[in-house]
Amino acid sequence: MNNETDWDYLVPLLQKAFGETLWMVSISLLIAGVAGLALGLAVYVTRRGNFLENRIVFTVLNLLINTIRPIPFIIFVFAVGPLTMALVGRTIGIEAAIPPMAIMAAVAFARLVEQNLVALDPGVVEAARAMGASRWRIVWSVLIPEALGPLILAFTFLTIAVIDMSAVVGMIGAGGLGDFAIRHGYQRFNWEVVWATVAIIIVLVQLVQVLGNALARKALRR
Amino acid sequence: MSTTAPPMVSFRHAVKTFPAKSGEVRAVDDVTLDIRTGEIFGVIGYSGAGKSTLVRLINALEPATAGEVIVDGQDVTALPERELRRVRAGIGMIFQQFNLLSSRTVAGNVGYALAVAGWPREERKDRIAELLDFVGLADKARQYPSQLSGGQKQRVGIARALATNPKILLADEATSALDPETTQDVLDLLRRVNSELGVTVVVITHEMDVVKYACDRVAVMEGGKVVEHGDVYSVFARPEHRATRRFVGTALRDRPSPAALERLRHRHPGRIVTVAVREDGASSTDLTRALREHPVDGTIIYGGIVEIAERPYGSLTLELAGEDAAIAGFITDLSSTTSVLDLGTAEHPLADPDAVGPRATTASPEGDEGPSSPTLPQAVDTDRLADADSPTWNPFTHLRRWRR
Repeated sequence: MNNETDWDYLVPLLQKAFGETLWMVSISLLIAGVAGLALGLAVYVTRRGNFLENRIVFTVLNLLINTIRPIPFIIFVFAVGPLTMALVGRTIGIEAAIPPMAIMAAVAFARLVEQNLVALDPGVVEAARAMGASRWRIVWSVLIPEALGPLILAFTFLTIAVIDMSAVVGMIGAGGLGDFAIRHGYQRFNWEVVWATVAIIIVLVQLVQVLGNALARKALRR
Repeated sequence: MSTTAPPMVSFRHAVKTFPAKSGEVRAVDDVTLDIRTGEIFGVIGYSGAGKSTLVRLINALEPATAGEVIVDGQDVTALPERELRRVRAGIGMIFQQFNLLSSRTVAGNVGYALAVAGWPREERKDRIAELLDFVGLADKARQYPSQLSGGQKQRVGIARALATNPKILLADEATSALDPETTQDVLDLLRRVNSELGVTVVVITHEMDVVKYACDRVAVMEGGKVVEHGDVYSVFARPEHRATRRFVGTALRDRPSPAALERLRHRHPGRIVTVAVREDGASSTDLTRALREHPVDGTIIYGGIVEIAERPYGSLTLELAGEDAAIAGFITDLSSTTSVLDLGTAEHPLADPDAVGPRATTASPEGDEGPSSPTLPQAVDTDRLADADSPTWNPFTHLRRWRR
């Protein structure tokens, strides 16, 4: 074990890990954002009393979300192995990290979307219906714009949760900042590397939060 | 407006039920009613009477469970969703909480209704300007709803509801969240909508003042049923249903509440009567004449006269002093032209069966005489007096607590 940290050796590795994290997080967020929004909307509109009330669809979707969400992510990564295999053709590496991250993030986002929509004043939806708006139009022209501020904050929260997930998928060889901190820091008793990586993650999370807050404020400025 | 024109809205045995924990709730229970083309029609009732559900049958926001709802010649209960959207676009609606899109500006809210109705973008701008001008908000086009006062928000609501030139405007407790002065402004605007644009307006309210000021005809709802309907003046001047009488009394407060009556009796221990004042104005003239012709002194101790549908309405409560026979003669004489309610004396009190407001602290006897039935001096049943400690159950006191 070296007393001196060899930064000349580590910095390129750190850059690579940072890139891997950004890539995993971005792709997962992209998929989870679209899928989670759709799923959350579906749960909301099929909820009792809403305009596409459907007890069966609501129950199935609600159960799906409630089943997946409590599974610890590290176990979930392995549990969906067969699905990952079917989707990306392998169960290790950075591609294999995307399905579990995207699925877990999608169900989390679905719940956040639904909760923010439930908080909307149903009177606004009724007003749109009274004008003769179709259901689909109500979704994109009333529900989403009216809840945009809270939805941006929810997505910010999700982004940070996905950054957190990306630290776990080093377990299946996906790399990333978490993997870097463990392999080059923790396992070599080099706390300097661990802390440096943690500092980078903190800065990343702060940036995401500041950006999210600013966008939400812009959406809510009225 | 010609009365021979077909009704704008026609309910035929309309029923709307909602599933509830124990069986079902009949929110609208066999309503048959016509709303005439070009009128301002009021639907009045306490919370939970079914009035909101009734008007939602018109634009089928709530589909009827049974019966027919014919809107502008078309039975909306028979239409599929796609057709209903077209019908709804021809019916404007405004709401108690305004229900504006907070993410859009004033112009954006009005424009939204036009977009939904499929107006080409280039035509929307002029229409928005025209509508905002009509409701007096031309200078607020670029503001967001959160920057407006309640009255201004409702004006935006009205502009939005009128965007597509509807034939009908439904106003669901549209003034209930507004202060009295703003309420007046909004009602004036609704009257303009009716008179200048010829829009049939349906106003749901629990506020008597709204009906009094704005409506041509009114339906009184209770427990899902329309218990009384007709010309505003005749419904309120000669209310046949107890719910209507309560409503009128609560709103006008022209008759002393049991508690007020009790206080009056302390100061005025003599014979107290309440004399109705009605449209022809003759009743107050008659009162003056009767006081002159009979050896009776009358002191006005309570009362109020207001206008309903531009005609006088109210009552005066008097203490009468004189010989018993003279008082009896006075009451009989006056009863021939207007309704007189005998409230007895401090020693032998009689209750007003339709009194509203705080109860008397001591027992008050039960009176079976309505205000429309002239009464002669009665012997007071002292046995019943003794039993009357427990206040009679009043189905409306619990409802009144719901108001606001």
